[in-house]
Amino acid sequence: MTASVEPVICARSLSRSFGARRAVDSLDLAIAPGEIFGLLGPNGSGKSTLMRMLLGLLAPTAGTARVLGYEIPAEAERLRPRVGYMTQHFSLYTELSVEENLQFSAAIFGLGRAERARRIEEALHATGLDAYRSARAAELSGGWQQRLALTAASLHEPKLLVLDEPTAGVDPQSRRMFWERLFELAAQGTTILVSTHYMDEAVRCHRLCILREGRRVALGTPTALTHDLHGRVVEVEVSNPESALMALRDHPLIASVAQFGKVLHVLLAEGQTGTEATLRELARVLEALGFEQPAVVPCPANLEDVFVALLLGQQSRPTSTLVVDA
Amino acid sequence: MHSAGAISASLGRLLAIARKEVRQLARDRLTLAMMVGIPALQLLLFGYAIDLDVRRMHTALLDRSRSTLSRELVGQLEATQAFEFTHEVFSEREADRLMERGDVKCVVVIPPDLDRYLYRGRGAEISLWIDASNPTVASAATQAARGLERTLEGREVPGSGGSRMALGRRLARPLATLDPTPDLVRRQPLRISLLPLYNPERRTAVFIVPGLIGTILTMTMMLMTAVAVVRERERGTLEFLIATPVRRSELMVGKLAPYVAVGHLQIALVLLLGVGLFGMPIHGSLVHLLAASALFIAAMLALGLVISARAQTQFQAMQMSFFVFLPSILLSGFMFPFEAMPPAAQWIGEILPLTQYLRIVRGVLLRGASLESFGSELVALAGFFAGVLLLAAVSFRKRLG
Repeated sequence: MTASVEPVICARSLSRSFGARRAVDSLDLAIAPGEIFGLLGPNGSGKSTLMRMLLGLLAPTAGTARVLGYEIPAEAERLRPRVGYMTQHFSLYTELSVEENLQFSAAIFGLGRAERARRIEEALHATGLDAYRSARAAELSGGWQQRLALTAASLHEPKLLVLDEPTAGVDPQSRRMFWERLFELAAQGTTILVSTHYMDEAVRCHRLCILREGRRVALGTPTALTHDLHGRVVEVEVSNPESALMALRDHPLIASVAQFGKVLHVLLAEGQTGTEATLRELARVLEALGFEQPAVVPCPANLEDVFVALLLGQQSRPTSTLVVDA
Repeated sequence: MHSAGAISASLGRLLAIARKEVRQLARDRLTLAMMVGIPALQLLLFGYAIDLDVRRMHTALLDRSRSTLSRELVGQLEATQAFEFTHEVFSEREADRLMERGDVKCVVVIPPDLDRYLYRGRGAEISLWIDASNPTVASAATQAARGLERTLEGREVPGSGGSRMALGRRLARPLATLDPTPDLVRRQPLRISLLPLYNPERRTAVFIVPGLIGTILTMTMMLMTAVAVVRERERGTLEFLIATPVRRSELMVGKLAPYVAVGHLQIALVLLLGVGLFGMPIHGSLVHLLAASALFIAAMLALGLVISARAQTQFQAMQMSFFVFLPSILLSGFMFPFEAMPPAAQWIGEILPLTQYLRIVRGVLLRGASLESFGSELVALAGFFAGVLLLAAVSFRKRLG
């Protein structure tokens, strides 16, 4: 059957305007079953709007979308029982206990009494929330609250989970545990659409879509995306990195510089390939500016470089470049 | 010098705080509207609409004498400005019904043998029924009646003459020629026997308690529901909920149903306390009371929904409901007599559901009226409910875009 390979989410030139502003602009997207698909982009780049459209909470102004085979937003009602949604902020009831919140969520999704009890017990044990079962949700730390929200959103075993910045403001260890749970769910066949600000989380996604001003500016696996910048990233070590940063910032050879401790992380301008000659030229530039014995070494690109490169080249760049297939 | 520097630094910080506060205030339009609007509203209401003196109380006339003398008496009663004869009735039962419904506050009964009283040398005697469930009305009617009696006493009539004097003299005249004791008549040509009904002891609590049911319901049903919905939006749980299979109607009914129960508990509590502590009588049917309350509660819930569709925060919801609550308290007849308000204030009052509800509650509880007597009030409540519900539906559709 072709149904098994049909994408879980399929959007074609999906757009949404708020007045004159285009929050999402002619977006194409195809997400395969079992994928953890990341949406990366600055605030206001259309991540939340896209998610809300895919969930049928917001009508698109143009374009079409099919989610789990349902036409959106026309068939949104039929989609609802099959998706789980975690909003940007903790959206459970802080006055209710952990167990009561789960009971509520399970009942809302129409789980029978026996089924409800069984799944809640399972979930409480699987997530470690067991220890807090009668604690009020308000008493939990941010990390545990997010885990509770994820559990509540996935109790009805949805085929698709939509998570809008689920780990914002949560400490690294909790984030790590949260992602372990996501991988477990994905391994069970759940498709996950997740938006994030964190580069370390974005790297964990199977595939990523980078959004800017509602447009898709990059799509691919994290490796493919960073591979595209191969050779354009170097590290510079000099005696006084603060003034070197000021000096290099506007140099034509360089797209962007950022300081990490005593090291400068340099993204070379577009077209540069980071050959030996380029590195030597960069060292010469520094020496000419009066910096003594600069060390310039190539360095693997990370997602932040991808992000920065995309943001910098935006005005002149057509939207479809940097689409790398997995 | 050092202390001068410290003072000016402190002043600078103080001014910074004050400046920031003014900016925040100027950008919070609702609070600003409240700070300007509420005093203006209060001034207008207290200044123009509220008149503590009860005047032109709706009065029914049961004139069995139908004589020149009785017409003149009616004229004198109207001249006191306390009574306005809005209804003419032909039986005591008819008069009873009008009182029960609350259409009239007083009934003047003129006996068929008005003239004969005079010839018997006892002066004229009429009776005045007063709806004493409202103590203000009762005392105003009593005062007006006693005042008229005194005015018509020959001795106290000012020398200038006028129609009052003329009536007093005319009442006394026949006696002067026929009766051996004309002095008695001259001393008291008119006697008004008072018949205070429903709350003969004129206890204020008895009048206030039914009204309290209405005001408490206004506050809780409107504000609590508005806040309950806005809280879900404020915390983001509303977005979580609308992404689940829950239907909008299920969500609303499910959310509001507990508050309807709370409303009924409040009614029960106020009634219990009213009867237990203040000895308030329950003359009418509780079933009728609950039926009317259900309609009133529905209207207030719908109003709460409209507020919740507009308000972004719980605080805003509270501010908005205050703009309904204040006129409701002042213009519904809860605190101040409705009849004494100028027409414009009465029109506003008629729109407020509390006005309609108070008439029903007081009628049913204090005067034992049945719900059938309040057709127009029920229609007004139902109309308000339908209109506001429509508004709520429209507001919600817009918000969810």
